[in-house]
Amino acid sequence: MFLTEEQQAILNGSKGETMAKVMESVVRYGELFGAEKLIPVTSKYNHLVTSFGLKALGPVYDLMNKLIEDGAISGQKFSVDPRPCDPNVPKNFIQDIIFNKIMYSKQDFYEGQLKALGLMDDNAFTCACYMDEVGNKPAKGEVLSWAESSAVVYANSVLGAKVNRNSGIIDIMQSIVGYVPYFGLVTNEGRKATWVVEIKTTKKPEAQLLGSAIGMKVMEDVPYIKGLDKWLGTELDDAACTYLKDFGAATASNGAVGLYHVENLTPDAVEQGEKLITSDAKVYVIDDAELQRVYDSYPVMWKNKDAKPKLCFMGCPHMSLEQLKTWTDKVEAGLKEAGNKKVVIPTVFTAAPAVIKEFEKTPYAARLKACGVIVSYICPLMYMNNPLCGKMPVITSSNKLRTYTTARYYTDDEILVQITKGENSR
Amino acid sequence: MKEFKGRVVAPGQVKAEALVSHGGLNTLASFQKALQFGDKNATCGDQNNQDLFGHQMAGKALCLPQTIGSTTGGMVLYCACSMGRQPACMLFSKPIDSLAGAGVILADVWLEGENTKMPVIDSLGDDFLEYVKTGMTISIKEDGVVVVE
Repeated sequence: MFLTEEQQAILNGSKGETMAKVMESVVRYGELFGAEKLIPVTSKYNHLVTSFGLKALGPVYDLMNKLIEDGAISGQKFSVDPRPCDPNVPKNFIQDIIFNKIMYSKQDFYEGQLKALGLMDDNAFTCACYMDEVGNKPAKGEVLSWAESSAVVYANSVLGAKVNRNSGIIDIMQSIVGYVPYFGLVTNEGRKATWVVEIKTTKKPEAQLLGSAIGMKVMEDVPYIKGLDKWLGTELDDAACTYLKDFGAATASNGAVGLYHVENLTPDAVEQGEKLITSDAKVYVIDDAELQRVYDSYPVMWKNKDAKPKLCFMGCPHMSLEQLKTWTDKVEAGLKEAGNKKVVIPTVFTAAPAVIKEFEKTPYAARLKACGVIVSYICPLMYMNNPLCGKMPVITSSNKLRTYTTARYYTDDEILVQITKGENSR
Repeated sequence: MKEFKGRVVAPGQVKAEALVSHGGLNTLASFQKALQFGDKNATCGDQNNQDLFGHQMAGKALCLPQTIGSTTGGMVLYCACSMGRQPACMLFSKPIDSLAGAGVILADVWLEGENTKMPVIDSLGDDFLEYVKTGMTISIKEDGVVVVE
């Protein structure tokens, strides 16, 4: 790899042994993927994936300590994924002890490390850092060092920024040296589509189901999606962005997609159209039957498959302001139709602290609260990562949450029926 | 017996029993419970991976196309190596992906001690993954040659 004099000097130890190892990590990471050079990180803020003070991640905290002690700190501040605990989210006595005293007993310690390393502010904990209310929204063409699969795929696809699917730890190390290796999704060639996905459904496809199907098919490749603009339109308005947020998270967690193009909608596709498609691109046709096949393939991990759900999580990735408002209307209408006043399954909607703050300024917040829905900044995935939740029948419309936990997936409409009427239509 | 040749990502020699995943390895989903709850065998917890679900990963020659899923993946591999719960080696049929690549490099640069090592070879080809079966014996050499028997 070609290195500038400054980069080579850091690698040789001009800024100390720890900085040299940080640079070595970034250079070797790039060399592995054939990067010929490093390019500057140009975004204002970084985003890190590791937000949880999980006791088992001792090796990570040791490494962060070394960076802090040796002054290997980035000038770039950052947001980070959501906190794993929130006292407002229902849990029993034993769960409370397991969460706070055993699993996440290092949370306060780790948050101290994050502050020392450059956390944007005390509430910069969300996987959806690109929401306007949060303030970490890169511009088109900016080069990022982000991790968090759902944020990376959103930044690349919807915002037109340039970022690879970086791993935790590498995300902060690239930011510390101020450069990322030039390979993959930060190059024009790496942003070309090697799959064409043709949407031929008879109704608007469920975002998280469509994303799952595409993720499992194309894995880490870049898909160019035709026919989705029929359902989403050609403007990246709030509704389209919310759809693409959930869709992208499913492509990234059920597969390894870091970038997708939606014909006539996402920035690269609008600019370049079919020039983005490689000549040997494979084709994947998605119709109603294919989506049903994918839905039916999900294993049910509950001990008792007919158990009555004890909890419902919505918001993995975190919900947008538009989504919170829309769902308030839907829950209210569903309850009215069912003749119920409050949701019949304990239900938690999750969103970024800054989005919740804005939501609470609107009349919707009181209406949603009156429906019995809890709004939280928690990471549902981290909440469920323990043996007790493994036995707990939790439902969700998040395909990411389904993938990483024992939560059972239902479509948005099915979830609405379950939480407002208590009926399972599936 | 059959030999395959790939690219050395992290060098080393090892002989171990094969554990084969035909789909992508979701690193977080596979390792998270094992790391959180002290499972030294690193039993795979990924419900979506029927090849690996419930199988011991620590000490096995893990054969896979690539890793998928959460971008905590590299950090999870780094922790698995640091705790001595990593596979004996990882053998990729495809070129290694950015998450696994980061984890392997981080472990190699920042960790010390023989029990943290995990040789890695990639680009072994689709033939490799078609030929190798769980339970076979695998030997890998420093030059990227993988012997399956």
